[in-house]
Amino acid sequence: MSNENQEVIINPRQSGYDPTRALTEPPMVRFILIALSLLFLGLFLFVPLAVVFATALEKGIQAYGEAVLERDALSAIRLTLLTTFISVVLNTLFGVASAWAITRFQFPGKNILITLIDLPFTVSPVVSGLVFVLLFGLQGYFGHWLADHNLKVIFATPGIVLATVFITFPFISRELIPLMQEQGPEEEEAGMVLGASGWQIFWKVTLPNIKWGLLYGIILCNARAMGEFGAVSVVSGHIRGLTNTMPLHVEILYNEYNFTAAFAVASLLAFLALLTLVAKAFIETHAQDEKIALPPAHEQSRTP
Amino acid sequence: MSIEVRNLSKRFNGFQAVKDTNLKLESGSLTALLGPSGSGKSTLLRMIAGLEVPDTGAIHLTGREATHVSAKERNVGFVFQHYALFKHMTVFENIAFGLRVRKQKESEILERVYELLSLIQLTGYDKRFPAQLSGGQRQRVAVARALAPRPEVLLLDEPFGALDAKVREELREWILKLHEESHVTTLFVTHDQQEALEVASRILIMNHGAIEQDGTPIEIFDKPASHFIAQFVGETNYIDTEVSEKGLAVWGPFRFPVNPTLPLKQKIRIYFRPNDVYMTAQFETLQVRARIAKARFKGTIIEYKLDIGEDKHISAQIPKGVALASGFKDGQEVYAAITAFHVFPIES
Amino acid sequence: MKLKSTGVLPGFGLTMGFTVTYLCLIVLIPLGALILKATSLSWGQFLDTVTSPRVLASYRLSFGAAFIGALINSIFGFMVAWVLVRYEFPGKRLVDAMVDLPFALPTAVAGIALTALYTTNGWLGRWLEPLGIHVAFTPLGVIVAVTFIGLPFVVRTLQPVLESLDPEMEKAAVSLGANRWYTLSRVVFPSLVPAWITGFSLAFARAVGEYGSVIFISGNMPMKTEIAPLLIITKLEQYDYAGATAIAVVMLVVSFFLLLGVNWLQARTGRHRAT
Repeated sequence: MSNENQEVIINPRQSGYDPTRALTEPPMVRFILIALSLLFLGLFLFVPLAVVFATALEKGIQAYGEAVLERDALSAIRLTLLTTFISVVLNTLFGVASAWAITRFQFPGKNILITLIDLPFTVSPVVSGLVFVLLFGLQGYFGHWLADHNLKVIFATPGIVLATVFITFPFISRELIPLMQEQGPEEEEAGMVLGASGWQIFWKVTLPNIKWGLLYGIILCNARAMGEFGAVSVVSGHIRGLTNTMPLHVEILYNEYNFTAAFAVASLLAFLALLTLVAKAFIETHAQDEKIALPPAHEQSRTP
Repeated sequence: MSIEVRNLSKRFNGFQAVKDTNLKLESGSLTALLGPSGSGKSTLLRMIAGLEVPDTGAIHLTGREATHVSAKERNVGFVFQHYALFKHMTVFENIAFGLRVRKQKESEILERVYELLSLIQLTGYDKRFPAQLSGGQRQRVAVARALAPRPEVLLLDEPFGALDAKVREELREWILKLHEESHVTTLFVTHDQQEALEVASRILIMNHGAIEQDGTPIEIFDKPASHFIAQFVGETNYIDTEVSEKGLAVWGPFRFPVNPTLPLKQKIRIYFRPNDVYMTAQFETLQVRARIAKARFKGTIIEYKLDIGEDKHISAQIPKGVALASGFKDGQEVYAAITAFHVFPIES
Repeated sequence: MKLKSTGVLPGFGLTMGFTVTYLCLIVLIPLGALILKATSLSWGQFLDTVTSPRVLASYRLSFGAAFIGALINSIFGFMVAWVLVRYEFPGKRLVDAMVDLPFALPTAVAGIALTALYTTNGWLGRWLEPLGIHVAFTPLGVIVAVTFIGLPFVVRTLQPVLESLDPEMEKAAVSLGANRWYTLSRVVFPSLVPAWITGFSLAFARAVGEYGSVIFISGNMPMKTEIAPLLIITKLEQYDYAGATAIAVVMLVVSFFLLLGVNWLQARTGRHRAT
């Protein structure tokens, strides 16, 4: 702190004036602020998380195991994994392609394109589900055509996948665009002058440079896809064992007053959320080591 | 001809970056493309490399039409201003990149990379990452990477721009030596005239998207072709006056013989370098009287601001030894003559 | 206008083609369907739906609770951001990482967890109910849920700004004889205002559309604790697509204008700072 003392010019008329004290708050204030913050976070974050695990294990490990391994629960887990997998793969391809097109080329309408990519963030989850019902529902624009051809989108897996893909649409793109913008095209240009083909440039130059950002986006996309409730709830039809994802299965169990089972399945999701946070922290540390600026997670929900 | 550019033009969003430019570079030459920032020199260089697409015009590389050939196929070496080394690859892998994408044999790659490492005096640095190198070392790796696939031409974009003065000095000598050894046709962009004058055997000066002069360093320095070059290269005095008699212009006590074809009353600007002012304590022939208003010590030379009356001033530079021997002091009366100058008419 | 790139790197056609096609299929055509549906409603039909008392009550609840939740978050979020940036205490890294929990935790899980906490027998409910504070199945419950959902926004928008504040600025203020409170209120806080507004508006926008975490704790009583997104679902379950669309459009328009207003406010404060 002696450094600061030297830099601060002390007004000689104010004897006994300690400049370092004027640069922070009194210890009492600091203590109160920290305590209040921890109390707030404890009340809103830690206690709800604790209640999930506590309720899940309330009736013992056996009841927990039964709830998680029950047939409908397993099929919900399968559907969630499938939906999440498709969403992550599609949106990863889209994220990489859109970031490449937007950050490596100049073309008219670029800003409009970026705004359109953000659109799904501005839409309430329930409305995200609604738009697909309007298209593919029984009375939707393509409803009759689908019924005539014996195809089912709404109240079936395709609808759930579509709604989830919509909800998680911008995640990876939003992560990669600022990152690749900042890195600039020079390394790719260098690769090209050295004789590399487009795919060689992508695999050998671009991908290693964006890997942490990409992984970060994938993890956030994955978490959201796994836990999406509102949009999926609109298009699913809640058919047990068929069109229930894990969050929907939690809802059904809860509404049947089967609290232990509801919280058991919920605890799996909560555990995955904690894993997400750990993976996020891990990637942030690595990216920081490599001096890569990742846009923070809240940017993921930013509205234009 | 190694590089030939014909009528090349390029616009960015309404800004004319390069306009109707021609140039020819002989095989094995070392040429500087000198100009202020925004003069279009980097754009021209990037078009030659295939990193920008020209709007009109043609580019020939070693006799082949290359205007619409992808950068990937042009076989040019390009060194970026900020190196653009692959951050996640070692020095070895960076240099080997151009060979690997050409599917060369591992043994050949090994041999070529180690050969280049010794050429850039970085033997033993092969396993380092770019982040573990100094700026000058990174620049040398970038040059080695560009040279690895044996390009026909080497293009460097402000190669020393991001380095501090001392390292730049060293790298200038190094690049000269490298060119003597490799004899690859080299074109480098710079905004630093000292660098261009010292390193290049030929200088192209660009301004507002066009090449204004093409010549040897001595020609550029002693026979500037335009107002811009007279001001841009080296230090200079300039004065504005007009043709007062046929073949003569007058400014204060100085009389300048000018081209007799210039019409009377033609407004002109006369440029002369401070070291072309001949200054003595005693009157010699053809000198005018002046007074030293202020002396500025500049290391090996001393610069004097001379008051020549009528509220007119010029600056003169004298080697330090001569100045000290003459014992010039502020306020002293001296005699001065202008030994070399250039006259350009001012278009109204 | 011809879509023409000016870059020389390969892959423009492929990536741009995929981007635009995928964008159209997943986002533009579905949202287009919503607009198409909305334009097919007659004006009277539309007004009848969106001005029915039940719908109006749901708007009041959705927007009102979102506003109060965002307000709570802007106060406590500021405090949390300040504490995380300026002070040292054990467990700080864990706390910092946990702030993102509401992003990662599925909303349905958050919903049932909060409900379990605040019901009469819940860990918190059993202490609050005797005091006459009813949280579960009241509008207060809705506020609690949207506060949880919006918690990270203010913290995460303020944190980087606080970190990047030049400490020299505060030292300069002190050297000029300012006391701590004067330094904070005149030097530090004003430069945080734009980020603060952003955080507030993000939390608000998220809360307005929130569904999963709210429906469990709200109790969903018509006119009292029924949120607008739930009404959309109710209409859909009755195959009333028109009604659902009308409510959705009003929500979209209101959120859009609120965000527009916030952006305007932000631009104004930003300009004020620059001059």
